[in-house]
Amino acid sequence: MNKNGVIRRLLAVMTGKYKAELLLVLLFILVSTFANVAGSFFIQRLIDTDIPLALQTGSFSGLLRVIAVMAAVYLAGVVCTFLYNRMMVSVSQGVQKTIRDNLFQHMQRLPIRYFDIHTHGDIMSRFTNDNDTLREFFSMSLPQLISSLATILTVTVVMLLLSPVLTLIVFVFMLATLAASRRLSVTAAKLFRQQQAAVGDLNGYIREMIQGQKVIKVFCHEQETLAGFDEKNAALQTFGEKANQRTNMLMPIVMNIGGAQYVATAALGGLLALHGLGGVTLGLIAAFLTLSRTFSAPIGQISAQVNAVTMALAGAGRIFGLMDEPPEADEGYVTLVNARLVDGHLTETAERTGLWAWKHPHSDGSVTYTELRGDVCFDDVDFGYSEEKLALRNVSLYARPGQKIAFVGATGAGKTTITNLINRFYDIADGKIRYDGININKIKKADLRRSLGIVLQDTHLFTGTIADNIRYGRLGATDEEVRAAAKTANADGFIRRLPEGYDTMLSSDGGSLSGGQRQLIAIARAAVANPPVMILDEATSSIDTRTEAIVQRGMDALMEGRTVFVIAHRLSTVKNADVILVLEQGRIIERGSHSDLIAAHGKYWQLYTGKLG
Amino acid sequence: MLRLLAKSVRQYKKETLLSSLFVAMEVVMEVLIPFFMARLIDRGISAGDMNYILRLGSMLLLFALTSLTFGALSGYFASTASNGFAANLRRDIFAAIQSFAFPNIDRFSSASLVTRLTTDINNLTMAYQAIIRQAVRSVSMAAFSLAMALRTNARVALVFAGVAPLLGFGLIFIAIKAHPFFRRALKTYDKLNNVVQENLQGVRVVKAYAREAEEEQKFGHISAEVYRRFSAGQKRVAFNMPLIQLSTYACILLISWLGAGRIAAGGMSTGELMSMFAYTMQILMNLMMLSIVFVQIIIARSSAQRAAEVLREQPSLRSPAHPLTQVRDGSVEFREVDFSYVNDESKLCLAGANLAIAAGETIGILGGTGSSKTSLVQLIPRLYDVTRGAVLVGGADVRNYDIEALRGAVAMVLQKNVLFSGTIAENLRWGNPEATDAQLREACRLAQADEFIMGFPEGYNTHIEEGGTNVSGGQRQRLCIARALLKRPKILILDDSTSAVDTKTDALIRQAFREVIPGTTKLIIAQRVTSVMDADRIVVMDGGRIHAVGTHEQLLQSNGIYREIYQTQVQGGGDFDE
Repeated sequence: MNKNGVIRRLLAVMTGKYKAELLLVLLFILVSTFANVAGSFFIQRLIDTDIPLALQTGSFSGLLRVIAVMAAVYLAGVVCTFLYNRMMVSVSQGVQKTIRDNLFQHMQRLPIRYFDIHTHGDIMSRFTNDNDTLREFFSMSLPQLISSLATILTVTVVMLLLSPVLTLIVFVFMLATLAASRRLSVTAAKLFRQQQAAVGDLNGYIREMIQGQKVIKVFCHEQETLAGFDEKNAALQTFGEKANQRTNMLMPIVMNIGGAQYVATAALGGLLALHGLGGVTLGLIAAFLTLSRTFSAPIGQISAQVNAVTMALAGAGRIFGLMDEPPEADEGYVTLVNARLVDGHLTETAERTGLWAWKHPHSDGSVTYTELRGDVCFDDVDFGYSEEKLALRNVSLYARPGQKIAFVGATGAGKTTITNLINRFYDIADGKIRYDGININKIKKADLRRSLGIVLQDTHLFTGTIADNIRYGRLGATDEEVRAAAKTANADGFIRRLPEGYDTMLSSDGGSLSGGQRQLIAIARAAVANPPVMILDEATSSIDTRTEAIVQRGMDALMEGRTVFVIAHRLSTVKNADVILVLEQGRIIERGSHSDLIAAHGKYWQLYTGKLG
Repeated sequence: MLRLLAKSVRQYKKETLLSSLFVAMEVVMEVLIPFFMARLIDRGISAGDMNYILRLGSMLLLFALTSLTFGALSGYFASTASNGFAANLRRDIFAAIQSFAFPNIDRFSSASLVTRLTTDINNLTMAYQAIIRQAVRSVSMAAFSLAMALRTNARVALVFAGVAPLLGFGLIFIAIKAHPFFRRALKTYDKLNNVVQENLQGVRVVKAYAREAEEEQKFGHISAEVYRRFSAGQKRVAFNMPLIQLSTYACILLISWLGAGRIAAGGMSTGELMSMFAYTMQILMNLMMLSIVFVQIIIARSSAQRAAEVLREQPSLRSPAHPLTQVRDGSVEFREVDFSYVNDESKLCLAGANLAIAAGETIGILGGTGSSKTSLVQLIPRLYDVTRGAVLVGGADVRNYDIEALRGAVAMVLQKNVLFSGTIAENLRWGNPEATDAQLREACRLAQADEFIMGFPEGYNTHIEEGGTNVSGGQRQRLCIARALLKRPKILILDDSTSAVDTKTDALIRQAFREVIPGTTKLIIAQRVTSVMDADRIVVMDGGRIHAVGTHEQLLQSNGIYREIYQTQVQGGGDFDE
């Protein structure tokens, strides 16, 4: 996205909700600037008229009146300054919140594929780095830019009104300032990029080494690690120092060119006044000098903000870039509803009955209901994570309600891929998948996924209590139901032994629990959802075999009466499946029960006997 | 705390002082300009002396140029000083972390250590530079300007005596009031980022349970809190500008009124009045700058505390004063060992461990999750110290060895193992920097890694990504074993290091150990019975105690736990491995 596009969108977000506020802010800024500038006129009048007059007449009442008027103007200015500063807080914080919330909402709606291609760190930095630069921009740069621009504009007008000749001098110096700061910022920008690269390099090294700190200790590799650190640290120091030197010079240059301009204006103004040229008077010089101060300060401020603004625009560009990613498409219209049998017919009902039905509206306006039973059928399915390479080829399979289907095969054979297609994390390239006879493309994704319980290979727990985490499976579950689910998964025992039991807070992905305990909670989470179809992807891989034997009993209870897809590399988990599918390079090469496959003396038999041999 | 951090300035003391010195000199020049301007106006313009105007004018231009030079020099030195300070401090903290022992590492999360080395150092550097340059500038500017104003006209300058302290207190008051809001806001911001992070990591869980709406609600809730807290802080800061304007305007009006009176009384000139206006701006603006520096210092204070915490942390394990540097042999003995991670006798995770292992023996260790298998073996290379009792290696207490010598003789492959970014060969040479290519290959052949490494197009020069994510789990484990073997250790400990390796390769590794390094003592922790079945002796751990020790046959006969594990695994089948 180009710069103008980004600015336009930022403006659109701002004016979208805060049009009235922004107009008021603009008005207040104008009043506040006017008050500031009026001060210069006041000084001119004071010196040219009022003080000499007071000296002549000996009466200070005129002077007092002028000061009183000025005080009123100043007061109005102060009030307006306060008001616009206060209003900008709401606007800038509100805009940031809007952007943040939209960003998150949009991220939630992106397809899994997006998260495959982009690293977490990459997406995270939209929320951290890019958002931070926007925060800086909105709370620091923007208010300063607005008031600086307003000041420059008004002051220019007034200076022109006072004396075009002296204004010319001010402009010459301003151009010199701009040229100097531009030159500086061009070299600084290059150095900054190098500095950023050095920062990234060093921080990456620090993160990697700190995470591997224990390995470093075991190998007594501290000196080597320090040597590597020193090298990167020195690089950062060099670039940081150089870039920083440039930015440090900016202020003295701007300030002192301002000082020079002050002197030049006074001297030239004085010469003009002496020769009576250009209507320059002593009071006018005085007024002009304060004005020119008011003029050079915002120029300095703007040049100091250039970097921040560039960075903020780049950040906003990246944020908008993510918001422009196409969200997960969902053209499904079949929904999942609670049902009840009335005279042998399925009818929709509001309360939870344990009986579910697919509500299928047809184009002629009629609605049919199909019972949710857990019948899954793949018909000649092809699928690839990328266009060039198919991960699955000609996969056909069917699972009758209540059957247990096991997938066996090497890493990358396509086991997890198949389960990812059932819940439509990905869409298939060719073929059909039917769920209770309905093409899954017609089912609303949220409803489809609600009907499936999934325990994933990588367990993930959220910050919150253990009960919260189990209840994630079904938000309305009572404490008893949570407890019962944990019992099914054999998690109840260890949970109750924790000091806070079910109210134990988990943070950083349940880091305080062992891998096995985390998996048990994930299983309980699926159990509380109580879905007709379960997908267990290496659900028990981190549980030691003794515990697993206990979990297995719970799992058997969990699988009872459901359609289950299970991926496991432990034979005990696979053996009693109704159908075992052996996958190799995206194809089903063998299928059948354990005894069938053993008798067939194929790949399964090899895997089975090879390990015991 | 400050003294501790100040130690990191070291060789940059000169630049630090020069930076402050030059900025003070810049200030002197800047303040002199309005002072002489008064003369320019009074003696030049009012008196109509053109020569005087030109002479003084060019002199003042020279002042501006000198001031610019001083300012630039100050900026130059400030940059050198602060970046130097940052580099030193960063190194000091990193070196402190390198000296940490395992218990120290456990005390700090790795994320918090990274923050200390990045964000906190940044805050400190900025504060440092703000102090040596901006604070010096502002303070001296306000002081000089005040002095000049007093010199110009003491009675009129008294105005500052009233207004400046009021403004100063006001600004600091605002900063102190606003700061807690920002601190809390930033904490809430961390919470917000945590939600994002969790949603990224758990995106499949969120989608699988169709919980997008709930997550949005959760996010929206915290996002609103961030909004409230930042707004509350910003609303307080919004008083800054009006307050400064109010003070400036008040000064201008008061000075005008008093000044007019003085001019009328003949005690002051018009030019002097104008200088007073200039001083007003300089004093008040610098008070504002000072309040910004003040806020920066407040922010840096908590960073300084966090940095100092690392610097103060004492490594909990040290080599003794007169250490043994030779490990005689690979024998290991546990004598009445109690161990607690928190060094608390009531929270023992290993109790009453007695075990003697002869050099060259192969010991298998089995036990459920949390039975302290890892705790037991970690005591051998002295990753932790025992709480009671003693661990002996080669006949001597591990606490009597030089740590580096001990760990050179005891190679441990950690459960949570890590490869570093770099080539495979570079990673392997962690075990022995001088290893020849032939030695690398030999170790890899032992660990059954040579074959797959040679299968990569670039062989041993294959680049490993950070965390070793571009090799499979089983490959990573084998590389870690090879890396440990390159130490040529007297004792080799594998802590569940072949869990992702298939059974057959696992067996080949153990066979190679038996044949090629028979003299090395081997301790193997495993989940799989088959990984330990053929060991000389097997230790069964249960609930933090050594439950039983014996050969496979003995345990199968006499030990219930072992029998149960064996039956569920071997008779019920085993693993399908890849």
